[in-house]
Amino acid sequence: MISPEVWAAIYIGVLAAFTGFEVIGRVPVLLHTPLMSGSNFIHGIILVGAMVALGTATTTLQQALGFVAVLMGAMNVTGGYAVTERILEMFKRSKGKEG
Amino acid sequence: MVDLVDIIDPVYILTVLFFVLALRWMSRPETARNGIVYAGAAMLVATLITFLTPGLGNFALMGIALAVGGGIGWYAARKVAMTDMPQMVAIYNGMGGGAAGAVAAVELLNANIGTGSATLSVVAGIIGAVSFAGSLIAFLKLQGWMRAKPLTFPGQQPVNLGVLGLAVVFGVLLLVHPVPSGLALFFALALGFGFLMALPIGGADMPVVISLFNALTGIAVAMDGFALTNYAMVVAGTLVGAAGSMLTILMARAMNRSIGNVLFGAFGATEEEGATIQGSMKSIEADDVAVMMAYAQKVIIAPGYGMAVAQAQHKVKELMDVLESKGVQVKFAIHPVAGRMPGHMNVLLAEAGVPYDRLLDRDEVNPEFPSADVVLVIGANDVVNPAARRAGSPLQGMPILDVDGAKNVIVLKRGQGKGFAGVENDLFYKDNARMLYGDAQATVGKLVQALKKT
Repeated sequence: MISPEVWAAIYIGVLAAFTGFEVIGRVPVLLHTPLMSGSNFIHGIILVGAMVALGTATTTLQQALGFVAVLMGAMNVTGGYAVTERILEMFKRSKGKEG
Repeated sequence: MVDLVDIIDPVYILTVLFFVLALRWMSRPETARNGIVYAGAAMLVATLITFLTPGLGNFALMGIALAVGGGIGWYAARKVAMTDMPQMVAIYNGMGGGAAGAVAAVELLNANIGTGSATLSVVAGIIGAVSFAGSLIAFLKLQGWMRAKPLTFPGQQPVNLGVLGLAVVFGVLLLVHPVPSGLALFFALALGFGFLMALPIGGADMPVVISLFNALTGIAVAMDGFALTNYAMVVAGTLVGAAGSMLTILMARAMNRSIGNVLFGAFGATEEEGATIQGSMKSIEADDVAVMMAYAQKVIIAPGYGMAVAQAQHKVKELMDVLESKGVQVKFAIHPVAGRMPGHMNVLLAEAGVPYDRLLDRDEVNPEFPSADVVLVIGANDVVNPAARRAGSPLQGMPILDVDGAKNVIVLKRGQGKGFAGVENDLFYKDNARMLYGDAQATVGKLVQALKKT
């Protein structure tokens, strides 16, 4: 038997997937790179899971793995943000010159 | 009374809402920058609120990991040159995949994990590890710390499939017999498959592959979210999984290649036999090129990675201005994968202030080359190589800019080296082609000076 909670989670997943497809639908080639970088930043939400994993770790092995997870997750978040911001910075500057 | 714990989920809901809005904003040039700023703010709040999760400990370790990881990530991303951005995306994506794999490993080491969570963690573990290992190879290849050429060996695909199959078998065994040694073997196999999968992929295909690994990391994060019943991770991960898959398809389409072809085609690996190139390379001086352009009706500029490396975009804009002041029509031919990533050239030229409407994409500009008096190829190589039209060439089938149809083709190039795909360029040996050697920024500067004098 599959519990109602699992079904609810699957509903959420299906809707989120649909949203992802819709949002990207027709983007100009120009924005492929920033969008890839931006979505790369968004999956940095793994940091939240990594913090919970480390925070609830009991054995030394779990602590070590949890530590690595938080370390990598934090790099994903800050690095992903900085890269995306730097790429998009160029759009802003060119806008300013034209306007 | 409101418990502090009860504000975690409402905050997570707002976080994912902002992620969706951010992706939407990032799909339009005017609002793109706001998108990342709001997503960043949402991520910061979500991270802070997570500290309120009940039963959390190990705060000292957590603080160190956050500070060190966050610090390195931020510093490295700020410091690298703009041209190195593609490999930075690859490495940070790999970090996300590695984190997803490590979270799955911690979960699988829990003695009282349920079958459902264990299954989801196995899936998250395998996908996360593959994304980590694959992204690492992509990073090494783009960074030039590893040969960018595809690495192939006989029986490669059966071997790869075998490793993946074994990883799945050990994953299933883990569900029945959860022992740490089995876990180690499971992750070793998954990592091994990730490495093997990325080895045969050549440099030119890397953007598509990074995008694919990006989508995979998203899916791994979603699976971890299901296992931990953390819906912020489920929604954000699935969102990236879906958006990333879509992007991967769009990018592959822009290069006129299928995903299967990118993954298994070993692009650029085939050794070409007996295709000797006729003619010789002929060089030319900047002054002669300036005269040629001054009396032209139409000049088309085809930029590539060399322009990015030399940071020549501002000089190129100056060149456009001075040519237009002489009544010469100037257009830009933008190949979708010129540079190292789709949109690379657009971003650089936009930075320099070249209006969007001067940038023509491949299909728009190809019919215009025969009527162009001069085509200026600035640091582009593979995307203008006519060898792509010849059967048996490693580039065969790749859509290119048909610059060789123009009356005169001037190729600005640092030296006589080959392009990223490692293929000899037939264009350089054509009768209507001339080589103008030197750093792109300096050379274009010379052209501007010479033109001002004419």
